[in-house]
Amino acid sequence: MTDLLVGTRKGLVPVTRAGGDYRLGAGDFLGVPVTAVLHDRRDGTTYAALNHGHYGQKVHRREPGAATFDEVASVDYPPKPDSAGADEPWSTELVWCLEEAGDDRPGSLWAGTIPGGLFRSDDRGDTWELNTPLWDQPSRPGWFGGGYDHAGIHSICVDRRDSDRVLVGISCAGAWRTTDGGKSWEVGTGMRAGFMPPERALDPVVQDPHRLAACPADPDVVWVQHHNGVFRSTDGGATFTEITERPPSTFGFGVAAHPHDANTAWFAPAIKDELRIPVDGKVVVSRTRDGGKSFDVLGEGLPGPDAYDLVYRHALEVDGSGERLAMASTTGSLWVSEDAGDTWTTVSSSLPPIACLRWTS
Amino acid sequence: MATVRFTTALQSHVACPPATVVGATVREALDAYFGENPAVRGYVLDEQGTLRKHVTVFVDGEQMRNRELTSPIGEDAEVYVMQALSGG
Repeated sequence: MTDLLVGTRKGLVPVTRAGGDYRLGAGDFLGVPVTAVLHDRRDGTTYAALNHGHYGQKVHRREPGAATFDEVASVDYPPKPDSAGADEPWSTELVWCLEEAGDDRPGSLWAGTIPGGLFRSDDRGDTWELNTPLWDQPSRPGWFGGGYDHAGIHSICVDRRDSDRVLVGISCAGAWRTTDGGKSWEVGTGMRAGFMPPERALDPVVQDPHRLAACPADPDVVWVQHHNGVFRSTDGGATFTEITERPPSTFGFGVAAHPHDANTAWFAPAIKDELRIPVDGKVVVSRTRDGGKSFDVLGEGLPGPDAYDLVYRHALEVDGSGERLAMASTTGSLWVSEDAGDTWTTVSSSLPPIACLRWTS
Repeated sequence: MATVRFTTALQSHVACPPATVVGATVREALDAYFGENPAVRGYVLDEQGTLRKHVTVFVDGEQMRNRELTSPIGEDAEVYVMQALSGG
């Protein structure tokens, strides 16, 4: 059975633990970038979002136990109204994340896209509907891209206690939460944008949270790896507090929240934005076990001091036990830890650039 | 009847066999094709019906500069859809 699904620039690669080792299996979608992957733990279905480049964005679904994927509906925007500006984006440029929509809603999914639309499917991807209350926010014309031409939703945190409570992260438009299943939205406050003019730095709608991760057992606790720092919320994303010290740097993309312990999270630091390489050329993981008061810098088994690996926002993931971590880089390295990050094993260092990965358990 | 064909690069992603269709313009010919092969539409046009940025159409060997696809075509036109080589 596949333990890990790895979305690369050249296809989806399954990884299986066998005889104490993690081994790569035969890939799907060879040659095609995989931008998001979801293993639905409710029913065992696997979903993959593909970026065909010339030919657009597609979603494929593999039924539980099946060997192959089938294309399902694309995540399409509704017809562009005449009232929209000619330059206003109104088609899917990237499917950036796929998430389950709650244990009480089997078959329901959320999808986050560039240029900033949030979509919902209630039929396992056979149809998708744009969430218009978020898309129609008066602030949306001011949302902007971070590394892309347009803003994008990369993080969707569904509260397991109440599926109507959802928090989404947008680069660059901050963190938005709903408590009524998406009928209304409010933006969280407290993040700081060091890249903005000083008078706009605290504007919640210009923030660039690279990734949000909520503790599944205590979803009020949300960790943010932001463009210029680390933030934490203890009220479900309504307000955020900055954690100013996170060695060896506060820049990065990925963050993983412990499934049971709200005080534990992992980050993948790098030198900030002009360079985007490991600090001192050494790949490390920063782990806190006390809610962000202190961090352990963990690097045993990870490359350096001459490494150039960068870990993207969907490429640091913890499994359901809280013990197994997987991390992967833009230079095609994949590492696994089975002791909560203390030590790491290289699964491969010659994969294509890796955008995303997911444990299946 | 016009004939619509697709680059082999697209055939690796979605079944798009050549077909003969009726249409007075490029768009009419493509719409007729997509009517019979709906899975192909989203690979060529985006959800707003716009020709994808890096897809191009040739008619009888001439590249269609009119990306609205409203150009008239002959009754026996050869319509060829391929990826633009922008991007290398």
